[in-house]
Amino acid sequence: MTASLLEIERINSFYGDSHILFDVSLHVGRNEVVALLGRNGAGKTTTLRTIMGVLAPRSGSIRLDGEPIAGRPPFEIARRGLQLVPEERAIFGQLTVEENLRLAALTAPSAWTLDRIYEFFPRLRERRRSGGRQLSGGEQQMLAIARALIRDARVILLDEPFEGLAPLIVRDLVRVSRELAEQGRTILVVEQNVTAALSFADRVYILNNGHIVWEGTPEALRSDPALMKAHLGI
Amino acid sequence: MPSAPLLLSQAFNGLALGTLLALVSSGLTIILGTLGVLNFAHGALFMLGAYAMYVVATATGSYVLAVVVGVALERGLVRLFYARPHEDQILVTFGAGIVFTEIARAIFGGNALTVPTPSWGQGIVHLGFLFYPTYRLQLIGIIAALLIALYLVLYRTSIGLVVRAGIEDARMVGILGINVRRAFLAVFVIGVVTAGVSGMLYAPIISVEPDMGSNFLVQAFVVIVIGGLGSFPGAVVGGIVAGEIIALTSAFNAAYSDVMLYAVMALLLVLRPQGLFGSEGRV
Repeated sequence: MTASLLEIERINSFYGDSHILFDVSLHVGRNEVVALLGRNGAGKTTTLRTIMGVLAPRSGSIRLDGEPIAGRPPFEIARRGLQLVPEERAIFGQLTVEENLRLAALTAPSAWTLDRIYEFFPRLRERRRSGGRQLSGGEQQMLAIARALIRDARVILLDEPFEGLAPLIVRDLVRVSRELAEQGRTILVVEQNVTAALSFADRVYILNNGHIVWEGTPEALRSDPALMKAHLGI
Repeated sequence: MPSAPLLLSQAFNGLALGTLLALVSSGLTIILGTLGVLNFAHGALFMLGAYAMYVVATATGSYVLAVVVGVALERGLVRLFYARPHEDQILVTFGAGIVFTEIARAIFGGNALTVPTPSWGQGIVHLGFLFYPTYRLQLIGIIAALLIALYLVLYRTSIGLVVRAGIEDARMVGILGINVRRAFLAVFVIGVVTAGVSGMLYAPIISVEPDMGSNFLVQAFVVIVIGGLGSFPGAVVGGIVAGEIIALTSAFNAAYSDVMLYAVMALLLVLRPQGLFGSEGRV
């Protein structure tokens, strides 16, 4: 197997004095969609934040296309093509939809055009003059994903994209995620909604109390109810 | 009861003071909103602008000075305090303000100095219903133009986009690939320049003395509380409202002008704690 696009080796992350991630290793190949599952507080969000550079790991290495990025500030990591879509979405409420997108595209080496984004998310075209805070939860999530797409990110880190959304909206977003996967986007997704995540992932890791405890295919996980129950509580 | 012409004239004075407060407060509020730093040196920077006007006759020379002071202050001092608690930031900017004030006192002495009205601003204009000093009228126009320029920078340029986004969530701006620290320097310099330029423009109207900034600093704080922390439209509207309150109250009894300003602020804090244009949440 050729080297992975994103390689994480034995990272240890802390919040203050509390040790959150213990020797976490995982890799995401080019054009691969990897799901990182686990219970609340398992360290999933911390893993994504560490990869993005929001939190510096105390030890371990993170490589993007072979280049070490651990310890770099988020803006440099973003410029190298990694993009976190945070759990809270972090839409700029005072900026319009279009301004949110233009801001995201500012430092992208090869940005998508607004038109291409709007073709992908027609709803955002309708709402392009609306302020970020006027958007519904689903529209905010679309915009959050669109900001990563307009940067043409090489790896997208999706943190709980379906959280707190109505089932109908989740179905829409799952369809969008599948489309992205089919387009060959490289994605590392963290999700509580296991069914939704498994529907577009190629490979799965399970995180438990800051340790990677399982790695395998969605099929293998689905066919092992005991495993699901032990680590995911379902 | 004051006469109608007096009230009208005071209303114009209020507009002159108000636009000036708007400009001073815009800088203060943008720095607070993006950097999260309450810049207590802002009043002293205003004072330095006025002295610069006294020393350097040409305005171009003094703008350069304001930029130089701004860059030096951010790179040399304030930058080191972004991650520190607010108390530390207040202490360091307050301290910088005292140092600036005392440097001015050491160089120019404690006596009030007067700056002559520029040659193009001499005389009085007859507005038909009112005689009004030419320079004050020009002042309103110049500051209005500067506020419009600031508006265009904030709402029509990429740096403005970064600043407005940074006011809301500086961390997310960084996650989107933007070097927020570099944007912070630009914001700080823009803020300092507004203070310095305001001081220069106002120098011919008031007496220039080392402590002149402290009163403006307090009034600018009131303006951003009224307008909403971190809001540029809030600083503009808040500034004009504050200027009119001070000027119109003075027409009745000058001793009550500050009291009236605080009363309005207190009332607003009860009815709308986030200020006229503020949003709840991050400060």
